[in-house]
Amino acid sequence: MRLSHILLCVLCATLLLYASGAALGAERFPPPQFESGHELPLTTTPSPRSPTYELIDMAVLLGTLSLASWLALKKRSRRGIFYLTIFSLVYFGFWRKGCVCPIGAIQNVTLALFDSGYVIPVSAIFFFALPLVFTLFFGRTFCAAVCPLGAIQDLVLIHPLRLPDWLEHPLGLLGYVYLGAAVLFAATGSAFIICQYDPFVSFFRLSGSLEILILGVCFLLIGLFIGRPYCRFFCPYGAILRILSWFSKWRVTTTPDECIQCRLCENACPFGAIQAPYTAPAPSNYRTGRIKLLVLTILFPFVIIAFGWAGTRLAPTFSRMNSRVRLAERIHLEETGRAEDTIDESDAFRATGQPIEELYDEAILIGKQFTRGSMFFGVFVGLVAMLKLTALTTRRTRINFEPDRSRCFACGRCFDYCPQEHARRKKNGNQPSLIRT
Amino acid sequence: MKNSEEKNTYNRRELLRDGMRGALLLGVGTVGGLLTRRTQTDRTAWQIDPYKCIACGNCATYCVLEESAVKCVHAFAMCGYCELCTGYFEPEPAALNSGAENLLCPTGAIIRNKIEDPYHEYTIDEPLCIGCGKCVRGCNAFGNGSLFLQVRHDRCLNCNECSIAKSCPSDAFRRVPADQPYLLKEVQQSE
Repeated sequence: MRLSHILLCVLCATLLLYASGAALGAERFPPPQFESGHELPLTTTPSPRSPTYELIDMAVLLGTLSLASWLALKKRSRRGIFYLTIFSLVYFGFWRKGCVCPIGAIQNVTLALFDSGYVIPVSAIFFFALPLVFTLFFGRTFCAAVCPLGAIQDLVLIHPLRLPDWLEHPLGLLGYVYLGAAVLFAATGSAFIICQYDPFVSFFRLSGSLEILILGVCFLLIGLFIGRPYCRFFCPYGAILRILSWFSKWRVTTTPDECIQCRLCENACPFGAIQAPYTAPAPSNYRTGRIKLLVLTILFPFVIIAFGWAGTRLAPTFSRMNSRVRLAERIHLEETGRAEDTIDESDAFRATGQPIEELYDEAILIGKQFTRGSMFFGVFVGLVAMLKLTALTTRRTRINFEPDRSRCFACGRCFDYCPQEHARRKKNGNQPSLIRT
Repeated sequence: MKNSEEKNTYNRRELLRDGMRGALLLGVGTVGGLLTRRTQTDRTAWQIDPYKCIACGNCATYCVLEESAVKCVHAFAMCGYCELCTGYFEPEPAALNSGAENLLCPTGAIIRNKIEDPYHEYTIDEPLCIGCGKCVRGCNAFGNGSLFLQVRHDRCLNCNECSIAKSCPSDAFRRVPADQPYLLKEVQQSE
């Protein structure tokens, strides 16, 4: 009886070994052969979200963008935009937890352009490109009612204060700096800083790190009085949209009818986007403007070079955002005896058996990428600053009160302030919109 | 402005605007088209390479979820079914039973079942597991290494930037095709 058991076991084991080709000796404790015929449980592998959801996300984006554009430009309904804002906040924010979003997709697209090994999801391309296309035709309707980050700020705005120009203009440049930095870190494969410092993601997920939660609360508290602080001053996608909206085919107007210069809409915009008429100064005053422009033109190349140089000086600091560079620096410290203990990172690296020189070479290569990238980053920031100064010195004659193309979020708040709009609605038999925040 | 422009239907500024719009649309289209052609598997998911993972414990704390999406899984085919499991018991346990003072797991998420003398099966009670990797360390140190950490995709939000991956000291996180989202340990194949 006992002998037959043992024989059976040996036979089974041999058969198994033969069948699977497995070297059971590789384990410290060979897996047992059960006499009771116990079957091994399977390791469960629950699957990720079904791909159809991603298609639904893309369809919802297309739908909300179309609806937002229609509501802002054709229907001219602030109420409709308001409800769509709530929907977008619930869907893209709380339901989809703020991911994937066009703002973050900048980084996926950048990384895909620079790293051929990175596989970019189709939805990321779609989320990046579609709002851009819509902006080129309809203005920033994406910001109006589709973006969940914009929505959460739009809804908390209770008492908008107008920012003085000297604060509004320089703060507006931060978005470009943020965009440049995000592209730099994404292109070098170092970090997705837009996602890392997304201030509202903690609300959408109802969890997250304390720092980001505090950041989000700060943005919302400021947002009670200063309309959409993230959108206006930090959003890197907004920075792209600001440029694109200059070239949009159509745009939101306070009224499609003639402006009667009543000035009622002047303070209607909580984002300071409505510009007052501007008449050109007398020809005798042209001189100062011309001199300013001349000085700017002469300074232009020097400023660009200076910013580019400053960028390269910052490259070593920037490159520490890259984990491989950090690891190489740490290993170097340990190798030269300046750091006595090891950390998890260096232990894990040594366990891989990769030669240290290879890591150093890799870090040097990334460092070179950073030197080049930081120079471009500096040049970009300089260019933006100089173009902004140029734009501030040259002013175009404006006859009517009208929203600034690039700063207008197409939220539709100004519609209700225009008496012409009320007259038009009465003529068309439409009820005036009731929400006037 | 609109009134003044109505006189001449198509002025220089509009031409410029139309031209720029066309160029930008072309640009967006080109980038989109170029990238779309390059996506072969269109979706990816985050996963831990169990052979790189050092079970540092970051997974339990760095996930954006309150309760981490990373949990311990068991490759049963690799397990020795030891009576004294170094992934289950504290080093030098007072007794080989489920007394809390003997166990490594801080949440008691491993269930120990006697199959037959002297073999014991260890299964993970997933809702209890916090992904701290204490058992993984124990199993790797003295056992077969059949316990390891994996991102559980029924929980993972698949963030654009995985915050655990960001903090992973051993570079064990990587994007894997979403139709094969697990990197399971398997019995070593003989040469």
